[in-house]
This record gives sequence, C-alpha cells and structure tokens, in this order.
Amino acid sequence: MHIVDRRLNPGGKSLANRQRFIRRAKSLIKKSVHEASGGRSIKDGDSGGELVLPGQGVREPSLRRAATGGIRDHVLPGNKDYVTGDEIPRPDGGGGGSGSQGSDDGGGEDEFRFALSRDEYVDMFLDDLELPDLAKRRIVNTEVVSYQRAGYSVSGSPTNLALMRTVRNSLSRRIALHRPKAEEIEQLRDEIAALAPDARELRATLEEELARKLRKTTLIPYIDPLDVRYKRFDPQPRPAAQAVMFCLMDVSGSMTEHMKDLAKRFYILLYIFLKRRYKNVDLVFIRHTHTASEVDEDTFFNSPETGGTVVSTALEEMRRVIADRYDPAAWNIYGAQASDGDNTASDNERTVNLLLQHILPSCQYYAYLEVGRDVEHFPPGFIRRDSDLWQTYDAVVKSGAPLAMRKVGHRRDIYPVFRELFARKVGSEAATA
Amino acid sequence: MSTTLKTPRPLFEGADWEFATVQRCHDAIQAIAVGEMGLDVYPNQIEVIGTEQMLDAYSSIGMPLFYKHWSFGKHFARDEAMYRAGMQGLAYEIVINSNPCISYIMEENSATMQTLVIAHAAFGHNHFFKNNYLFKQWTDADGILDYLEFARDYILSCEERYGETAVEALLDAAHALMSHGVHRYPRARATNLRMEEKRERERRLHDEQVFNDLWRTVPGQSSVRLDPTALERRRALLQLPQENILYFLEKSAPRLAPWQREVLRIVRQIAQYFYPQSQTKLMNEGCATFVHYKIMNRLHETGQLTDGAMVEFLRSHTNVVFQPDFDDRRYAGINPYALGFAMMQDIERIVTEPTAEDQQYFPDIAGTGDAMAVLRDIWANYRDESFILQFMSPRIIRQFGLFHLHDNADTPNMKVKAIHDEMGYRAIKRTLARHYDVAWNTPDIQVVDVDLAGDRKLIVHHRAMNKIPLDERDAKLVLQHLADLWGYDVVMKEIDSETDTLMKEHVASPRSGALGG
Repeated sequence: MHIVDRRLNPGGKSLANRQRFIRRAKSLIKKSVHEASGGRSIKDGDSGGELVLPGQGVREPSLRRAATGGIRDHVLPGNKDYVTGDEIPRPDGGGGGSGSQGSDDGGGEDEFRFALSRDEYVDMFLDDLELPDLAKRRIVNTEVVSYQRAGYSVSGSPTNLALMRTVRNSLSRRIALHRPKAEEIEQLRDEIAALAPDARELRATLEEELARKLRKTTLIPYIDPLDVRYKRFDPQPRPAAQAVMFCLMDVSGSMTEHMKDLAKRFYILLYIFLKRRYKNVDLVFIRHTHTASEVDEDTFFNSPETGGTVVSTALEEMRRVIADRYDPAAWNIYGAQASDGDNTASDNERTVNLLLQHILPSCQYYAYLEVGRDVEHFPPGFIRRDSDLWQTYDAVVKSGAPLAMRKVGHRRDIYPVFRELFARKVGSEAATA
Repeated sequence: MSTTLKTPRPLFEGADWEFATVQRCHDAIQAIAVGEMGLDVYPNQIEVIGTEQMLDAYSSIGMPLFYKHWSFGKHFARDEAMYRAGMQGLAYEIVINSNPCISYIMEENSATMQTLVIAHAAFGHNHFFKNNYLFKQWTDADGILDYLEFARDYILSCEERYGETAVEALLDAAHALMSHGVHRYPRARATNLRMEEKRERERRLHDEQVFNDLWRTVPGQSSVRLDPTALERRRALLQLPQENILYFLEKSAPRLAPWQREVLRIVRQIAQYFYPQSQTKLMNEGCATFVHYKIMNRLHETGQLTDGAMVEFLRSHTNVVFQPDFDDRRYAGINPYALGFAMMQDIERIVTEPTAEDQQYFPDIAGTGDAMAVLRDIWANYRDESFILQFMSPRIIRQFGLFHLHDNADTPNMKVKAIHDEMGYRAIKRTLARHYDVAWNTPDIQVVDVDLAGDRKLIVHHRAMNKIPLDERDAKLVLQHLADLWGYDVVMKEIDSETDTLMKEHVASPRSGALGG
C-alpha cells in the first residue's frame, strides 16, 4: 500500500474550469453584479459577494422524462397506516412525493447561486474601462519621486556610506598588496625584545624587517579613498497611490429618492473604479442646498434638507476641503456632482468661475451627472428643456474644459453611462496601474 | 501481523493520526478483510487531501485528472458556495475504480474516520470494483487513468488548434447526449481503453491510406434504385436502429471533422466507464457499508479499536444508514446505504439463521452457513435490479415499511397498490427493481432512420413508457445540439410504446457556425 500526501499539491486545480464558467456566464453575471450593486453601501461596493444567476444560460440539458404526467409507480418507505386499495390525494408539485424521481426532475437549477471573489467581481464590473487622460496628466500631477536602492557608487554623502562594501574592498586590497598585519608586527617586536643581548646580527635583521613592515604599513593605508563605496539611490517617479473622491449632491427638496438612488449608484461605480487604481481612496461627501457642508455617507444619502439651490456653495466647500486637506500635488482628485439641474439663475456665473479657476485645474476628472425623473413617466407632448445647470456646464464643456456630463433618467442607464464616460478609447495609451 | 492480534493494543488513541497510524490501520484491516472475509482487492493507494482539493475532485466527477470544461467550474462554484454556507458537508472519501485503487481521504478526518474510510473505500468498494461482472465487462481499471490523461491532452491540443470556443461548443453538445452515449449490451470485442491513443492514430492513418480521389469520379453513383430492400440495406449499413447516439454520430455524421469525432468518442468512452456505477449504486454502497461494519466490529472485538473510537464510528455509521420515512421532511428517495446495508445483513442472517419464511423464499441460500461466500458471489454476479429481484426478503420490506403507490395523471387520486403483506411482497419487489433498472429509467431513444442520399434528415424515436413524455424544455435544447452535430435537420417523434401512437414531434435545424465553423 502507498500513502501519498497530496495536501501540498498546488491548489486551484479547477481554476481553469471556473474561469471558463465565468466567461460563459459573463453577460448573466454582469447583469447580476449590476443589480446587486444597488443594495450596497459605497465602501463595500467592491467586496465581492454572492450572486444569483438565472439558470438558463448555464443550463446543461439532457434527455430526461418530464416531471409530471403519465403513469408512475413509486415505492416508498415508512408505511404507517395505508392498506392496499387506499386512495391518496395527489400533493402539490405533481411529483406525488415521488422521492428520488421528484428531486431529480424538480429543476433545482433554475436559480444558480455562487460567490464571486472581490477581484472577479470588480473585473466584471469594470471590464474595458480606464481612467481618462491619465497618461497626460500624470506627468504633472500624479507622480511623486521616490528613491530606490540601485547598487553602489564611488561618491555620495557620508550618511549613505556602504560600510560593509567599503571594508570588503579595503580587505581585499590589503591582502593583495601584502600589508603587514598588526599581529605580525607585534610578534616581531616580541621576538626582538626576547633576543639574547649578544645576538646582534639576528637583531639587526629583525629590526630591519620591522622597519620595512612599519614603512609598508604607512604606505598602504588601512582604508584608502579607493575602497570607499556609497549606497546609490535612483530617483524613481511613482504614481501617487492615493486619491480622493468628492461626491457633490444637491439635496434640496426637488431631489427625489429615485434621483438620490441614481446618484448613489454612480458614486459606487466611481468608487470601485478608483479603488482599483489607487491604494487609498478617500471619500468626501458634500451636500448642498443654498448652503453646503461636508457630511458623512449616511447623512449624505438619507437625511432630507430643505432650502434653495446654490451650486457654487458646494464648489466653494470643495475648494476649501482641497486647500485644507488634499494637496493636488500629492492627491489625485476626482469630483462627481449629481444634481437635478436646478440652480439659482444668479449663481451660474459664479459656478462657472469656480469650476474653471479652482476646481478643474486641481482635479483629475470631474463628472457632472444630471439625474432626472424616470423618463417613461414624463407626460406625453412635454418637451424637455435643458436645465439651468446643464446649459451652464454645457458652455464650459464647449470652451474645452475637461468636464464630463451626462443625463440619467433610469437605473438601467447608470451603467451604460458610466461605461461611456470611461470607455477605453481606441489608440489611447492604456493607463496601467 | 499475528502478534498484533494476540496483543490487544489499540491501533490509535484519540483523534490525531499520522501516516504511520494510517499504515497500521490499513494493515490491520487488510488482515481481517483478506484473511477473514476473503475479499479480493486491487492494491491500495491512499491519498491525503485537503478540503479544497476535495471540492476540486467533486467538480471533475471524482477523477484525479480530467479535461477542462465550464460545466465543471459551475459544479465547483455551486459545491463551494454550498459548503461555505454550511448547507452541505463533504464526503469523507472518494474512491476511484482504477488499478491501483486510489482512495482520497481528507486531512480533517479523525483517526476513527480514517479507519472507517479505509475499510469502506479501500476494501469494500475496491472489492466490488474488482469483482463485479459489470465493472469487469465495461471498465478497464488498469487503463482508465492513462485514458483520462490522453483525453485531457487530446482536448487540450484541440483547443490549441481549433480554438476554445469550437471545442467548448462541441463538448456542450456531446455532454447533452452523454446519457445516450453508452452501449447497453456488450459488443463482440471488449473495450481496451489503453489502446485508444494508438488506435486513434491508426484509424487516421488508415483513412489516409485508403483515400483515393478517383472514387469520387466513378460514374453510376447517382442511379439509386428505390427498391423495398434498399431501405433495409441502408439501415443495416448504418447499424440502425441505434440507441447509442454519440456512437452513431461519431461513425456516421456527415459533416464532422476527424478531431470532432474523436472528442465525441472520448465523451462516449467516459460515459461508458461510469455506466456500471449507475447500475450498481445500491449494491456498491451496500457492500462497502457491510464490509466496513464487519471490519470495525472485528477491530473492536480484537481490542484494536478503543471503546471511544467505536462509539464515534457507530454514530457516524448510524447517520449514514439512516432512512427517513416518505412523509419526513428529510426524505429524498431511498437511501442506497440504508437499503444496501440492510439487505446485506439480511442475507447474512438468512444464510446463518434462516426462518421458515426464508426457507420458502430463498431455498438456495437459506441455512448454507458460509455468509461471506454467498455475499461474495452476489457481489460478483448481480446488479441493483437483479439483486433486488432475487434477494429482497419480505422481512426487509416489513422493516422499511415499503409500499407501492400508483400515480396515474388521468385520475384525481393516487392509489396504494401494495403494502408489506403476503400479497404485496412480489409487486413491491418488482416495482422497486425497476427503479434501479437503468434501461427503464433513462428514456428509450433510438436513431431510427436517415436517408444519406436524400435530404439527410435524421429521424429519432422516443418510445415513451407509461405515456411520460420528455421534459420539453430540455428536449428542445438537446435536439438543437443533436442537429448541430448532425449538420442537417433532425426530427424526434415521441411514440407511446403501448399503442404506437404519435404523442409529440420536435424538429430542429442546425445553426450555422454552432460548432465554431
């Protein structure tokens, strides 16, 4: 008999099968991922999780008998009080308590439940997307220089002295040039001291020898400038590994729950996307009516406010937070603003100025999402007019400023719009993380 | 070894085990299984694996190596999700019908469980695999691992040459027909799996050698006379009617490439390999459970198993052979471990201490005295269906409270046709045996006719037993796959086998590029 220990065999033997399965079920999974994202908070939007797939696309059909109809005979265990000839009403489900047959045929695969890992989840979510214009702006903004060890050099600052290497060089030089060791000289001196007073000739030879060695010692230094080595550091440009995402939202009375839900979905997508590129992603929530304030996530989405709508207050607040905490040189700043498009007419100019002067120059990306009512509920014959804010921002975009804006009316549009905003452009340099 | 038996020293104490423990247990069990019970087994190879590896093994139907396909990933994903949610435990072992016989044991098992698993799988199942006539006839334990390796490599090379999509589409179609890809009756020659790779090469070589383009130009082929014998001859040439649909496609489908035929062949061979297992589930488990129960008791009697270990074993054993009643929420069919074990024990009782009833029902074996000899003979020469027909005693029917329920969809109520009384024993036995008859359980589907010179429409019949039609949704999907493989239209007629009337008809046309071009 052999006993084979297979525990240390590489795991994940069925990884290839799993990947094939996911590839096959991709469109189904994408849909589920999309739907599942609704019920999550922004922060755990990317933690993977359990998905439920409709059984159709991954069904394995076979030729088998139908579960109902026809004449069937069953043998069942556990008879208690039936006698031959009894009639029993047929239970619901048609299988008639048919045991193995019932469970074999009973289509247990109509829904298929399984768990995706975080990476698989995010990959599904963000397939083919990339951060816009990152390649261009990174040179200016998203790089910090860090120093990395890169071998040794013969010059450098004393703090970078490579002691081991220096001593090693010195040692090999001393051996090569036969520099007398301290012990040898000591031994010689001892020998001379121990000589009998009459051994003059021997004393003379030994003293000559000693003098020669001492001379050599001074000629060949213990450490020569030639030996000295310094640790060399190379400057390495590195993308800044942190980003901050500003969520701006109008919370005045005209924003319905539906609109907030749309905005939330968009924020989740953006957060997951950023999270994939950056190690740390900070979230800043700024809500505004006619005044703006920074709040936590829960308040942001859930507590209602009343008041007018002055968009510039939110931008002002964002500017203040950036100045306070997020130096654009060290942070990648992303802004996403959601609004139903209302703004006090007199505020538009100030909004544009703030955007152009302060916000856009410090941001990697700024997206404006106009959330509307479910389009299907619009009264027929009603012509939609572009909102105040849309017109204002539209002018900004036309002037060439890097601002992205989209309208979303229904939950199902969120994902396409997001994809549209971040779709990998043909020929553009892929932003490698 | 004899010293171990004389000195009643336990094989192990506590739950911990190491490789030496496993070796010791194996040797002690072997002494009982081979020496006392007279089992005849393949050499054992015991492999220790972890949880994830067990899940891996699950998803490739228990085989250590297998070709790649998304459906295995699907099973893995589902099993894993169930396992993590705590809804499903893992099996304690998996055993492979190969020579040497490979058993997987899980590292999490306690020492008692390892002993149980070795007794159950490495001796019980192992003996059954080696001796049962179905396994002898249909499977080649020496060659299966080599064949699986060949299959995996061949399919991998196909993926490289023809693309993953094309291979996947082909495998999807083949898997859908897998249940109808077995020969139910032995043909003239025995299958020799080990030679497959060589024969595949030879077949191709032969095709190339006999290829002569001139044959194409020989005149006179168009004059097909339609005399009455032509139909018969045509069917004879194509070996029709044919119930092995995959075999038929492999040999006769006009538009398949050679590699596609070979892949169909692989799927078919694997289906054939598992065919005996589906026919002997009850006996196989019954045999293994009986063997482990005997062995564990002997170990305990000889002092090699501590009382604590024995209690742990009994608890596990009782769970395994638990049979919930039909009206119990846990009921999911008849538990093959329970019924199999009960019948084996019952046979032992009939052989050693028969009652008058047994004398009447089983005159051949009642009171003959050597229970193991009778059981070994049964394990070698029966399958589930014949086993139940021959050896299910009235006592077992009473013990399980079996009753026969007749369910006709045309009547409002179901009817109890037989219970455990003198009149009912035979009816129950007959009906239950049918449940285990694979030929009765899988729908009877045959390729009946095809006109290769005409429109090449493939005609398939399903002879519906008891007016039970095929599951419509699945039948449509499978028929689509069949049409894709065949390359031309396929029509399936569902015929009531009693009245020969047409119940339903399904038609499918091949999709262009369905098999990846």
